[in-house]
Amino acid sequence: MSSSLPSWSELPPGGIIVEPGNSVERHTGDWRTFKPIINNDKCIRCMLCWVYCPDGVIRIIDQEYVDSRGRKWDIILDIDYDHCKGCGICVEECPVDAIDFVEEVK
Amino acid sequence: MERSMLRVKQKRVALNSNHAVAYAVRDVDVDVIAAYPITPQTTIMEKLSEMVANGEIDAELIHVESEHSALSAVVGASAAGARVFTATSSQGLELMHEVLHIASGMRLPIVMAVPTRALSAPISIWNDYSDLMNTRDTSWITLIASTAQEVYDSIIQAYMVAEDPRVLLPVMVAYDGFLMSHTYEPLNIPEDPTAIRELVPRRDRITLDIDKPVTMGTITDPRWYYEIKYQQVKAMQNASLVLKETSKTLHEVLGRKYEPVEGYKMDDAEVAILTYGGLFGTVQEAVDIIRDKGLDIGAIRLRQWRPFPSEELTHLMHDIDTIIVIDRAISYGASIQGPVALEVYPIAARMGVHVFSVIAGIGQRTVLEKDIMGIVNKVLDYLDQGVIPLRSIYWGVRGGE
Repeated sequence: MSSSLPSWSELPPGGIIVEPGNSVERHTGDWRTFKPIINNDKCIRCMLCWVYCPDGVIRIIDQEYVDSRGRKWDIILDIDYDHCKGCGICVEECPVDAIDFVEEVK
Repeated sequence: MERSMLRVKQKRVALNSNHAVAYAVRDVDVDVIAAYPITPQTTIMEKLSEMVANGEIDAELIHVESEHSALSAVVGASAAGARVFTATSSQGLELMHEVLHIASGMRLPIVMAVPTRALSAPISIWNDYSDLMNTRDTSWITLIASTAQEVYDSIIQAYMVAEDPRVLLPVMVAYDGFLMSHTYEPLNIPEDPTAIRELVPRRDRITLDIDKPVTMGTITDPRWYYEIKYQQVKAMQNASLVLKETSKTLHEVLGRKYEPVEGYKMDDAEVAILTYGGLFGTVQEAVDIIRDKGLDIGAIRLRQWRPFPSEELTHLMHDIDTIIVIDRAISYGASIQGPVALEVYPIAARMGVHVFSVIAGIGQRTVLEKDIMGIVNKVLDYLDQGVIPLRSIYWGVRGGE
């Protein structure tokens, strides 16, 4: 199963990680059971989801957006699903219920 | 003659084994010391505190709130690249237990002295090896010394081995609590520690460094853990070789030679008594007395508990019929209950040598020459009857079989 991975002698002693910042290579998104989906139309850009997210997966994207009430925004919010573990904290904290939480069946 | 050129000038001093530890720690120039007081270890730290306060050692002495913290503190310091030392006994060693595995798993060259002591309950401050034997599978290199001189030398050797890039494992140096830790003996130590410091040069290893960040002791999923633990298996194998090399160097520099197992009058022996720690002196005396009575008996001292010296022991046991292993610890419910006897058994079985496991000295119940003679007589009785019991003989217990 693991024949393509390095052998014991090729690893640093004690499995020390000598390449800092490589946690992005670990796709923790596959731990998720429920997927948060931001509704940019309902979203008021308060950024509470960005503040509360324990994994830093809320992405702020520079992009113009006009919502259904005619309000213009300079940004939209998106989620890095490669690393979102689906904890639901953003869903809980969102003051306007703009984040849906949808069960993912894999 | 060339060897004597290298040999360092030494002075004769009287020290107990705990103070011998402190002098060795001073002489290797440690950077960080952390420990929590526990009998019979306490006088090591008292002496080291004195040395740090007097400026004899340029080290940070960290006072902690428990042994768990003591070992954790030196784990951190060692990870940052410091040369570290700690010491404990008995319950303290038990409280350290989970961190023992972390220290070895993180491949940190920590050195610890363990004057051994019985375990609670009931409370006993006196000696046996129950505490040490509980650390069997922690991946610490473990030496058991028999004299204060060997304690001093073993601490030096411990740093030489632990810090070797082929090893990078922590080392415990154990010896009898009270019987050695608080007993004064004559020994030779170098007049000038410079020679000792040359034996333990500062060597590069991966450490915590803000300019070159690393993560240590990380989580590993089932694809990674096994290989990293296998590295420890190989490091422990390498330790056998490095222990041999460093024993040779110590012999050249200090004039004292240590083997992983040491034989006494084994040349023509048919029966051998194997033991460890300070009890070996008593066993040697008893061997002399028994030999005078006509039995070809010898003795074997186990110095290197981990890695276990299977090859060297096989060599020493080559011409014997029977081995009596005296353990000062009990492996409750085991097939034979002496922890070292259990390790000797597979080697003896391959050679067709009978093994008798004897438990003695529990909670420092006195073991004298006459006890050793009594044990040998009991074993001879069994052999006469053609019986090899598959259980241990509990020597000296009131009401025992």
